[in-house]
Amino acid sequence: MEHEITLIVNGTARRARVPARRLLSDCLRHDLGLTGTHVGCEHGVCGCCTVLLDGRPVRSCLTFAVTVDGAELTTVEGLAGRDGRLSAVQRAFAECHGLQCGFCTPGFLCTVTALLAENPAPTDDEVIDGISGNLCRCTGYQNIVKAVHRAAELLAEEA
Amino acid sequence: MTTRLFGERVPRREDPRLLTGQGRYLDDLGREALAAAFVRAPHAHARIRDIDVAGALDVAGLVAVYTWEDLPERAGRALPLLIPHPALTHGRTAYPLARDVVRHVGEPVVMVVATDRYAAEDACALIQVDYEPLKPVAGLEEAVQGVRLVHEDVPGNVGAHLVQEVMTADGRGAREAIETSPHTLAFRLDIERSASMPLEGRGVYARWDGRDLRVYSSTQTSTSVRMAVAAALGLPLPQVEVIAPDVGGGFGVKIVHPWPEEVLVPWAAMTLGREVKWSEDRREHFVSSAHERGQVQYVRVGFDDDGRVLGLDVTILHDHGAYTPYGIIVPIVTSTQLPGPYKPGSYRVEFTSVYTNTVQVTPYRGAGRPQAVFCMERTMDKIARYLGKDRTEVRAANFIRPEEFPYDQGMTFQDGRPLIYDSGNYPEMLRMIKELIGWDSFERRPGRGIGIGCYVEGTGVGPYEGGHVQITSDGRVHVSTGLTSQGQGHETAFAQIAATELGVPIERVSVVTGDTRRFGYAVGTFASRAAVVSGNAIALACRKVRRKALRIAADALEANPDDLDIADGIVHVAGAPSAAIPLSTVAVLANPLRYAFDDETARATQFAGAASPDRPPVAEGEEPGLEGRDYYSPIRSTFAAGMHAAVVETDPDTAEIKVVRYAVVHDCGRLINPMIVEGQIHGGVAQGIGGALYERIVYDQHGQLVNASFMDFLMPYATEIPHIETGHLETPSPLNPLGIKGAGEAGVIPVSAVIASAIEDAEGIEIDRMPLSPSDLFDLRTTHRP
Repeated sequence: MEHEITLIVNGTARRARVPARRLLSDCLRHDLGLTGTHVGCEHGVCGCCTVLLDGRPVRSCLTFAVTVDGAELTTVEGLAGRDGRLSAVQRAFAECHGLQCGFCTPGFLCTVTALLAENPAPTDDEVIDGISGNLCRCTGYQNIVKAVHRAAELLAEEA
Repeated sequence: MTTRLFGERVPRREDPRLLTGQGRYLDDLGREALAAAFVRAPHAHARIRDIDVAGALDVAGLVAVYTWEDLPERAGRALPLLIPHPALTHGRTAYPLARDVVRHVGEPVVMVVATDRYAAEDACALIQVDYEPLKPVAGLEEAVQGVRLVHEDVPGNVGAHLVQEVMTADGRGAREAIETSPHTLAFRLDIERSASMPLEGRGVYARWDGRDLRVYSSTQTSTSVRMAVAAALGLPLPQVEVIAPDVGGGFGVKIVHPWPEEVLVPWAAMTLGREVKWSEDRREHFVSSAHERGQVQYVRVGFDDDGRVLGLDVTILHDHGAYTPYGIIVPIVTSTQLPGPYKPGSYRVEFTSVYTNTVQVTPYRGAGRPQAVFCMERTMDKIARYLGKDRTEVRAANFIRPEEFPYDQGMTFQDGRPLIYDSGNYPEMLRMIKELIGWDSFERRPGRGIGIGCYVEGTGVGPYEGGHVQITSDGRVHVSTGLTSQGQGHETAFAQIAATELGVPIERVSVVTGDTRRFGYAVGTFASRAAVVSGNAIALACRKVRRKALRIAADALEANPDDLDIADGIVHVAGAPSAAIPLSTVAVLANPLRYAFDDETARATQFAGAASPDRPPVAEGEEPGLEGRDYYSPIRSTFAAGMHAAVVETDPDTAEIKVVRYAVVHDCGRLINPMIVEGQIHGGVAQGIGGALYERIVYDQHGQLVNASFMDFLMPYATEIPHIETGHLETPSPLNPLGIKGAGEAGVIPVSAVIASAIEDAEGIEIDRMPLSPSDLFDLRTTHRP
């Protein structure tokens, strides 16, 4: 049996007919065509599939789409401004070489966006703690940590 | 003015799309494709008695179910043995779908195609395979006993056996040299299995239009997949094209090909006349994609009072898993890279490569070198400990001196060519790493130790790569090379090379990799070779195009080509900037046209008066278009090197091991983009720390992989990785036009050795195995300090 759900994704209401078992990650990627959200493990460890649910980071691979009917979601596709200008977090990742293959990057970007919304000037330990639920196999994290601090700076300058 | 871009920290051109969710990874493609899923063997070793698919037939959305018996003769053949070697006397490869026997948990047995992955997995769950379980061979020790066999026709489970020996200057073997040495040591080292574990698994998506086959694969070699798929499916090569889209990490596992799915998915697409896609899930990746590292090494070394190695004798047991599609490259690399920056007076290395009922072993970043360096560096530390000398002093006593290059190690390397180091400066590197970590002023105390590790890495192996460069009439530069990218920033580094060679702004340069429609001849991205081999090929292609551009411009400007230079995309007479012509116009002039398509190209048409009526529009020996293709085929590998040092702290109660400082001095010749090189090093070190302290692939005695998830196979998070301090030394390679050496694998190679060295220093207990968990260290303490 399929369910009709509505998700507010990146500010736009999107409808989908999904079976109850459809993962939110699959719904975003395959039903709505938003393939920027990646799936790295499907058991909630790697954090590649992280999206913002009402502003809070969640694992979309551990969430059934039907359970978030009516919710507001932000995916990596929704982080840049309407004018296409990259967000401070996105710019900082580019500037600090915080990505290589880019597969884990959408999850990091969503996690860090939420982290800085809650804590605009995190310490080094707070940054490391804040991203400690996301795996990256390429960068060794050093430039990601640097990017989070840089994003905090950019956000402060623009505030 | 054109800025010199080679060597600059140019921001990555890949990033805007990857930061906005616009990357195109394998599973992002083919939204309408059918989905494939596989029934995989639950046993490590079993005979298939019967496969009953009846239960699956009622699943809504089921399209097809295939077993080995359904495959046509060619597609059903055993997969190719990619790298044959005379010592690999008993090479064996798998069938795309299991034929009669399964030899590791995870081997594909049945392929299901359905309208979506959910339905395909539903069907898989309802297929009954009747197995007759056989006793598995689990672990190296059991394999070498040879009582149970992985393959009935491989006695003793031995796939390969190889001895290489380098004699002393006066012609004595290593064993004899050891016997007559003032001091000798003998010990055993154990390195466990790990795996590449890219965050994107493998995946294949195929489209068949009735004549042509297009395959997308998350691969490190699209050109070789193309040839293998064409052969397996009996298609003429020009009717097959293979594209590696954005690839979410490779680290070695994706160089193997064709994987069963790379044959089966295209075959199913052709058979069904529908698009078919398979995306590997994480559990599949653990149990069906390749692993690496697992070795046992028996070492004997003889040395003098200064710690100089007079004879080194290493016997390696290498576990290559159930099949050998990639030959014996890993143990060959271990054997040949083991001497590192040193010159052992004589060296004998013998390996036996054996079958076990586990996932096949093929290169993972470093490809046998981490094991080699672990062996050599443990040896150096043990010599220092025995003689009561500083560990760096013993190393220095054994170094190849800067004036001794090129240095012939006297063996055959993994490319079948002599193991001759081209350049390096190891004493200077040691000075730099000691200064960077503060070796001489380090304050040792119980629970706090310092360690060091040195390596040499043969990079940029052949046989070749090519580059194609085209300047179009809009002034844009289109670069392509056949090898693939998995995060190395090739679109940036290669654009830097092209922009520098051609004198054009980098914004006008675009780079395509891994697309056989654009470039059909290539080898692949592995062995730290892309920048060296493709980078130089692209530079050579650019130089061809540049020469042609100058010839055409000289004609137009009535100048001597030798007086011309190109800057900012404009060819001008040196010293006379007004006598100039943009490359866009040169491109127009290079391609005489009958039909214009804009104002610019109208200048090249037949009545525009551009061409002399006395010669053919395309001169003899010329071709239309401002483009060029060239290849770089290295005579042999170029040898990068590095030295790492670390400070670790161990908890006196819990035995937790924390890396508090990590320093790297690295020499990859001339740097194209230091930002990207440092990123490669950081990532490599993080993988190395994973391999040293956390990651191990654990099989039980039944051949079951017991930690096949990210919850149990512990890859490091940011919390486990220290800040990495980096220094660069640049000894250019004399072998290639750009003077570069490879950097991709470097970071990972010495880490286990460095961490072992530091833990040993902190604990006073000899560390002879990796990885080392807190429990392992706790047990060692219990044994050594009763």
